[in-house]
Amino acid sequence: MAGFVLRRILWLIPVLFVVSLITFALMHAVPGGPWDREKPLNPGTVQRLNEIYGLNKPIWEQYLNWFVGMLLLDFGPSYQFRDRDVNDILAAGWPITVQLGLMTFIVAVGIGIPLGIFAALGHNRWPDYIATTVSMVGIATPSFVLAILLIVIFSVGLDWFPSRGWVSLDKFPKDPVGAARTWVLPVIALAGYQIAQIARYTRASMLEVTRKDYVRTAHSKGVRNSAVVVRHMIRNALIPVVTILGPIFAFLVTGSFIVEQFFGIPGIGRNYIAAIFQRDYSMIMATTVIYAFAVAFLNFIVDVLYAYIDPRIRYS
Amino acid sequence: MATQTRSLPGVATTARRSEGVWRDAFGRLRKNKLAIIGAVGVLLLLFAGLFGPMLAPWEYQAQDLQAITANGSEPLAPFQDMTHPLGTDQLGRDILSRLLDGAQVSMTVAFVVQLVVLFIGVPLGAIAGWFGGRIDTYLMRITDVFYAFPDLLFIILMSVAFRETWFGRALNGVLLVFVAIGLTSWVTVARLIRGQLLSLKETEFVEAARAIGVSDRNIVTRHLLPNAIGPVIVAVTLGIPTAILAEATLAYIGIGVQPPRASWGTLISEGQPFIRSYPWLTLFPGILIATALMSFTFLGDGLRDALDPKLKGKQ
Repeated sequence: MAGFVLRRILWLIPVLFVVSLITFALMHAVPGGPWDREKPLNPGTVQRLNEIYGLNKPIWEQYLNWFVGMLLLDFGPSYQFRDRDVNDILAAGWPITVQLGLMTFIVAVGIGIPLGIFAALGHNRWPDYIATTVSMVGIATPSFVLAILLIVIFSVGLDWFPSRGWVSLDKFPKDPVGAARTWVLPVIALAGYQIAQIARYTRASMLEVTRKDYVRTAHSKGVRNSAVVVRHMIRNALIPVVTILGPIFAFLVTGSFIVEQFFGIPGIGRNYIAAIFQRDYSMIMATTVIYAFAVAFLNFIVDVLYAYIDPRIRYS
Repeated sequence: MATQTRSLPGVATTARRSEGVWRDAFGRLRKNKLAIIGAVGVLLLLFAGLFGPMLAPWEYQAQDLQAITANGSEPLAPFQDMTHPLGTDQLGRDILSRLLDGAQVSMTVAFVVQLVVLFIGVPLGAIAGWFGGRIDTYLMRITDVFYAFPDLLFIILMSVAFRETWFGRALNGVLLVFVAIGLTSWVTVARLIRGQLLSLKETEFVEAARAIGVSDRNIVTRHLLPNAIGPVIVAVTLGIPTAILAEATLAYIGIGVQPPRASWGTLISEGQPFIRSYPWLTLFPGILIATALMSFTFLGDGLRDALDPKLKGKQ
């Protein structure tokens, strides 16, 4: 186990290296730079800016500087905001993205798992058909289509929730209802697909467990039905579901570009889109690498957790 | 068990022929209602993609200024005036025609991306699976890296990096979209082919082919790849909704297909500022995207169940 954990941690390093190298290469592959404006700056200014930001150095040296900085968790200055560096921008945007992601995760798990169990317990009867149809539709509805529907119905039609904007957590105590109202639609829009995915997976896993010998044994020795379901079926059925929760969690806390853009949420996803149009190299590099790291790291956590929950799994 | 096959009373037996696998699969597919709904949806979308621009009542970029001036400079609502059945946008462009042009973009992306995927994924997967050893290890490490790279970030990066070059401008940006999305999706197919080949190459029929002196190349192309085709068809069908969604997302952000061409994603981002006054501008393209994703997903799920009944209900 220790060897497995160590190997997986070491594997993160080449992944991050290659991901950052590809990103770096792509950003520098084509002409143009962060100083491109509608009205060109004079060459002296550009040269001076390049000197200040180290962009006149050879490419490999720029990359090396950046990589060393990243290892020390310093992602460098931002090229679009003169007075802030990337760490400041990340510090401002990330809490919002994480808050949105966590709320969505709780909603998705809280609805998805019960829905899947409900479907499996009523297999081939109406609960199953309803739950299966809901998750089928959910899987095929991308977050921005769901966002449109939600806005048209609940914002334009019923006027229950605002169609844009986000009140951050620190203003929550002043106006809890007003703040919470801005959170509802983005969370649902983001959660729809995840609910469907979790429900589908839980249902399949529950059906698999239903056929197991130990469930039949429990039934035949007269254990109450509810006890069989809770103690034997659900506990075992949720083990494989944990595997998909890792990537879902990683996706959610690193932000959804579309939902953030759509609802005007000042999180990390929207900053990324802005950065990419401005060719803000350091911001782009930081976001990409952090995202790749989060995905790889959470997958690793899930693998370890998996071995812990299910002692039958052995890693060699 | 009796050696002779007898039909059980009340159970229809099907004749087994050499193409039986496909026949059986098709039979199963036909009984799957959702898959049929999906297939009908796919055919309609394909029809719209192929012939849409010919059927469209207007040119997708044509502005009918008279109509909106007559309407008090407001865009026409759907069904208000039958010369613009689904209404117009605030510039007087016909919504139906723009949606049909978007259908062409989406369908082209859907299929061309899958061609790119097959073109890269099948040969690489086949090489890795057949030769094994060091080549296999290297190729699989490459796929690992591509897995770790967040898809959407890679697509966005590529699109932005090459946007200003000839390659990015080709076909109003559509070519770049093909390549960027294709480059992120070939990994699944490569791994699938590799896995299939690894298990198939140990089977007796391959040994038999080797024994009678069939060349490596022929064993792979004539015996192994045809046997691996089922899962690949499923993967490709299920890859289409991902590609459509990626294209729409790029267009929505504003770095995919370039104006004046209309992609469903572009239509949504153009209509979004007016979502309170003219919700249909965003509603129609949104519904079309959802329909397209649903059709391909239903068909793909149906194909998977039909081609491999053992897997039914497991995913």
